[in-house]
Amino acid sequence: MATVRKIKAPEVNEALAKSFGLSGDEYKKVLEIMGRTPNHTELGIFSVMWSEHCSYKSTRLHLKKLPTTAPWVICGPGENAGVIDIGGGLAAIFKMESHNHPSFIEPYQGAATGIGGILRDVFTMGARPIALMNALRFGEPQHPKTKHLVSGVVAGIGGYGNCVGVPTVGGECNFHKSYNGNILVNAMTVGIADKNKIFYSAASSIGSPVVYVGAKTGRDGIHGATMASAEFDDKSEEKRPTVQVGDPFTEKLLIEACLELMATDAILSIQDMGAAGLTSSSLEMAGKGGTGIELHMDKVPTREEGMTPYEMMLSESQERMLMVIKPEKEDVVRKIFEKWKLSFAVIGKITDTGRIILRMNGEVAADMPIAPLSEEAPLYDRPFEATPKAKEIKAADLKTPLRPNEALKQLLSTPDLASKRWIYEQYDSQIGNDTIARSGGDAAIVRVHDTNKGLAITTDCTPRYCYADPIEGGKQAVAETWRNITAVGAKPLAITNCLNFGNPEKPRIMGQIVGALEGMAEACRALDYPIISGNVSLYNETSGVAVQPTPAIGGVGVIEDVAKAVGNAFLVPNESIILIGETKGHVGASIYLREIEGSEEGTPPSVDLAIERKNGDFVRTLIEQGKVTACHDISDGGLYVAIAEMSLRNKIGAKILLPTGNSSPERKELIAKLFGEDQARYIITTANADEIIAISKDVGVSATIIGQTNSSGSISINGEAVTIEDLEQVYESVLPEMMAV
Amino acid sequence: MQTAVITFPGSNCDRDMYVALKAAFSKEPLRIWHADTNLPKNIDLIAIPGGFSYGDYLRSGAIAARSPIMQEVIKAANNGAYVLGVCNGFQVLTESGLLPGTLLRNKNLKFMCKTVALKVANNDAAYTKSYKAGAILNIPIAHHDGNYFASADELKEIEDNGRVAFRYCDKQGNTNNDSNPNGSVHNIAGIFSKNKRVLGMMPHPERAVDVLTGGLDGKKLFEGLL
Amino acid sequence: MKAKVYITLKNGVLDPQGKAIQNALGHLGFAGVDEVRQGKLIEISLQGKDRVAAEAELKQMCEKLLANTVVENYRFEIV
Repeated sequence: MATVRKIKAPEVNEALAKSFGLSGDEYKKVLEIMGRTPNHTELGIFSVMWSEHCSYKSTRLHLKKLPTTAPWVICGPGENAGVIDIGGGLAAIFKMESHNHPSFIEPYQGAATGIGGILRDVFTMGARPIALMNALRFGEPQHPKTKHLVSGVVAGIGGYGNCVGVPTVGGECNFHKSYNGNILVNAMTVGIADKNKIFYSAASSIGSPVVYVGAKTGRDGIHGATMASAEFDDKSEEKRPTVQVGDPFTEKLLIEACLELMATDAILSIQDMGAAGLTSSSLEMAGKGGTGIELHMDKVPTREEGMTPYEMMLSESQERMLMVIKPEKEDVVRKIFEKWKLSFAVIGKITDTGRIILRMNGEVAADMPIAPLSEEAPLYDRPFEATPKAKEIKAADLKTPLRPNEALKQLLSTPDLASKRWIYEQYDSQIGNDTIARSGGDAAIVRVHDTNKGLAITTDCTPRYCYADPIEGGKQAVAETWRNITAVGAKPLAITNCLNFGNPEKPRIMGQIVGALEGMAEACRALDYPIISGNVSLYNETSGVAVQPTPAIGGVGVIEDVAKAVGNAFLVPNESIILIGETKGHVGASIYLREIEGSEEGTPPSVDLAIERKNGDFVRTLIEQGKVTACHDISDGGLYVAIAEMSLRNKIGAKILLPTGNSSPERKELIAKLFGEDQARYIITTANADEIIAISKDVGVSATIIGQTNSSGSISINGEAVTIEDLEQVYESVLPEMMAV
Repeated sequence: MQTAVITFPGSNCDRDMYVALKAAFSKEPLRIWHADTNLPKNIDLIAIPGGFSYGDYLRSGAIAARSPIMQEVIKAANNGAYVLGVCNGFQVLTESGLLPGTLLRNKNLKFMCKTVALKVANNDAAYTKSYKAGAILNIPIAHHDGNYFASADELKEIEDNGRVAFRYCDKQGNTNNDSNPNGSVHNIAGIFSKNKRVLGMMPHPERAVDVLTGGLDGKKLFEGLL
Repeated sequence: MKAKVYITLKNGVLDPQGKAIQNALGHLGFAGVDEVRQGKLIEISLQGKDRVAAEAELKQMCEKLLANTVVENYRFEIV
């Protein structure tokens, strides 16, 4: 496709730069770096590389504070994904990414292409993806757009993930009015690779060929900044940029072709083309390698007629990879991509000039220095202000409490707590036949193929805590994923994260970002649980309403023998139910307070990281020793909701006793104890209660027998019972009713 | 017993089928690439696995069914070989004419992944002889287009000749609307060819051969062929 | 030469997608919709100028691939 339609490019000036998203100061810097006025293509390249999404200009300063190392971390942030050593000569490679704005506009394709992108970030490093997860936040159920968005996003995640053949094994889904105008779609991929065969993106071999593989390039996703031109003809409507459309079939072929190629030694460096497509991939590869790159745009495989260098560089067409290969291996590479019927083209080479030079039909279309693009990318130290401390809410502050079982039913009918079966049954969670535990458990467990080892994977975050207190909320998000992984018997190793916030130019929002990062860092350090990859999505706000601060955390851990893993459902009657951890009855910022009393006030429960560690290590040891039959960490909704959740799966009842009097203050205390969201707590079932209580005293962990499982078909608190059937009826009907046509 | 698994562009469950066959027959299954024009001789069982061959474009299994390797599979079937099509494989078998009927979009229009109860409808075929007559199995399903449809004549021929292999049922074995996850006529989950050596089924028996993942109810299907 | 091929479900084959569309139209306030059937439009650009030969080819394409004649009908027009 060598024809270029002659378009008169618009004049490059500050006004055009601003329309591309650059500030006046940023444009001045561009002029300094170039030593002249850039041309249209060069300006386009600056604008995408210096966008918030690619440069992290508002957060880079603060992201540096995150702990990113540990003896088992092979590669921390800075590459396509993070890499950890999981033993046995293997590595786990994982990352989480956001696709918020596109999903709001076109939920199916936005979510689908989000999955496509995160898969590529992982397999580009040499890992076969083995699990997908997602963290979704939607607006209020009754908001006119919610149903359409939920339906589209879930169908898109399923449509892409199922076709590509990677199981979607878990996730989370919340509903809140702050997301009415900005939904959040965060997708996570975990892959497994040989730890000695990890592929990186830095391109340092001067003279080596640069190769493009995958789907052809079209005009997908070139935002707004099209060339204004008097010479567009009546076909110009068709040439307008389109939304990114994913093709999971091509991605599946791309995964197989790349993995087949990676088994040879042909690749020197490789990067997927994601946001800002060919621009970011080529610049990052040469930038990291300290080299230069020359591209011949006429060689780029295109599926549209007459694409210009500008369009080719900014296109966000999906399912494409860029690699640098050993010159003598060109045939090896070509044959593999021909076998899988994917485009293959040598489009350039690595040079020693430190510049990126684009040529089209013999003419130079762009010529820019590479280092300043990243080194002199804008870095902002935005002013921030802390969230004022909320007021403490005590049990005594509760209004006249409902009977516990009434409250329980009401809480289980909240979309946040209700069964998400409507969602997860649209995802193939079993492809690969290595899924040991899927949606519904505290963490998913995927066996490492042909071994007994498993990866425990989870995503979590409690945005209402972050809103009330960003620091404590940041700590809690990390701690909760650590707890999830511990609760299945696995050892937490590292996290990825997706920071979703509003407009960072507002000091309060910037304060949320800084606070959350501070909390996250503290938890990561205390738990030896570093951050190895991540993503930032800002400006999630509409008409002045920002989303609740949502630092979504994706945690990964290892369990050496999957046969020893435990689930979170009661298995048999006549076992003791033990509560690990202290319950003070913290109702501030709780689901109970929000749903039953309509208040979103109060401080969030504080996170004592030393106790988290102690309690978790204790629980994990018990599980490893086979002394525990089921384990569930306590989170949203507190203790009684956790008990209900444990009883629903296998319809096994429980009798809980928390002796208390009948006075009003005492009934409020009971409610606070049943539904308060104190942290660092687990519920375990066991046939060895006495032994466990004895050990807990030795190690100084709070452990109390609070009841027994039974076959009564109901759960009861202090003698007041509700049938599991009633609970199930409520629990399972919420989402299907919400989503009914 | 020498088995083989065919991989089309987009096949996903080929590895799972390979693992299940290897365990059942203690012999390395052959891996056949869709572009091969010949099948190796002496293959006793050809498996067409699940997935999204050709992205399910045009119709599920439509393009794979018309590939050269399928001509060889048809020949082999006509010569008495066993052919097992699971999920997308079942779709390929109906599209290629080796089995009657077709698989349409699920009645609730959504992709569905869960474990369902199946009743063994006829246990006089090699695939089902290790099960008791009327046995109820728990086998995972994962599909978007599993709604089996056949014309009235084809359906009569299938039913009259005991060619239904499995039906969706409830825990007590009742076949009815409530226990029909996708709208298939007569709750049909799988059918045999005339000689009962070709089996097409939507549920995934290869996902039910491991107690840690999908349970063991799929094992006897493979054992029947030993 | 451009051809438009229309693939539709045979009468008597349940069309849940058509039903879903009908319901959605109803919810949007469009009254008086008796039935909706969903089909496919496949546009094919053919080389050559022989109309009769093209029609014969298209018939074969439909029979052999484009339509599942168990449940689908087809018709085509050359524009």
